[in-house]
Amino acid sequence: MKLTRREALLVAAGGAVALTAGSLGLPAFAAEGEAQKLIDEFTGGATPEAGKISLSAPEIAENGNTVPVGFEIDSPMTADDHIETVMLLAPANPRPGVATFHFTELSGKAAASTRMRLAKTQDLVAVAKTSKGAFYMDTKPVKVTIGGCGG
Amino acid sequence: MATSKPRVKVPKKAKAGEVITIKTLISHTMESGQRKGKDGKPIPRKIINTFTCEFNGQKVFETNLEPAISANPYFEFNMKVPESGTFVFTWVDDDGSVYTKEAEIAVE
Repeated sequence: MKLTRREALLVAAGGAVALTAGSLGLPAFAAEGEAQKLIDEFTGGATPEAGKISLSAPEIAENGNTVPVGFEIDSPMTADDHIETVMLLAPANPRPGVATFHFTELSGKAAASTRMRLAKTQDLVAVAKTSKGAFYMDTKPVKVTIGGCGG
Repeated sequence: MATSKPRVKVPKKAKAGEVITIKTLISHTMESGQRKGKDGKPIPRKIINTFTCEFNGQKVFETNLEPAISANPYFEFNMKVPESGTFVFTWVDDDGSVYTKEAEIAVE
């Protein structure tokens, strides 16, 4: 099928309208409460301490579709004292969960980085659990110019 | 959809006990399930939900992914190499497809 220029424009306009309508039809962004619930589930009610873990992300993310994000945790990473799990959250995304990382003593260093989507400006949260049952937390504000969750 | 192509970057050689950096990337749309198509219906979620890295049969690193991970999921992580061996990287898709990639490392 071949589109004339006029038809192509119409299709493009229709798509834009559908996208706008789609974003309006989305349920309100998840409240911070949902992220807190995930943290409580993860820690079993314990309050994570600040420090040890450092979260890195750009101050301003021009494109919310791919925001580089990483973290590093100060840990000896031996068989009896290592970071087991790290949970990364974006509290203001439609769904706050981003990823859960599992480390082992083979990891050598408790650090990882990936690329994620951000719907809007918010504070990212990372919570780490050690093999000894301690929890550490860090937050990092990121300004988002264009949201990346299909808005 | 085009088949997902996994790519990994692992050093070929390392010293025993050295901490190396591994980078992985797989081409995948990571459809979040939040978007709506032109017909106004939501596009069903289809993402890579799990990524694991094993070394000589022992787990090194695992990640559970949510739709908030960008298209073409990229991961960078570390590993302390005890001996020569083979890495097996596995990506699991929502539709049940499994993509794997192997890499070798030689310890001097």
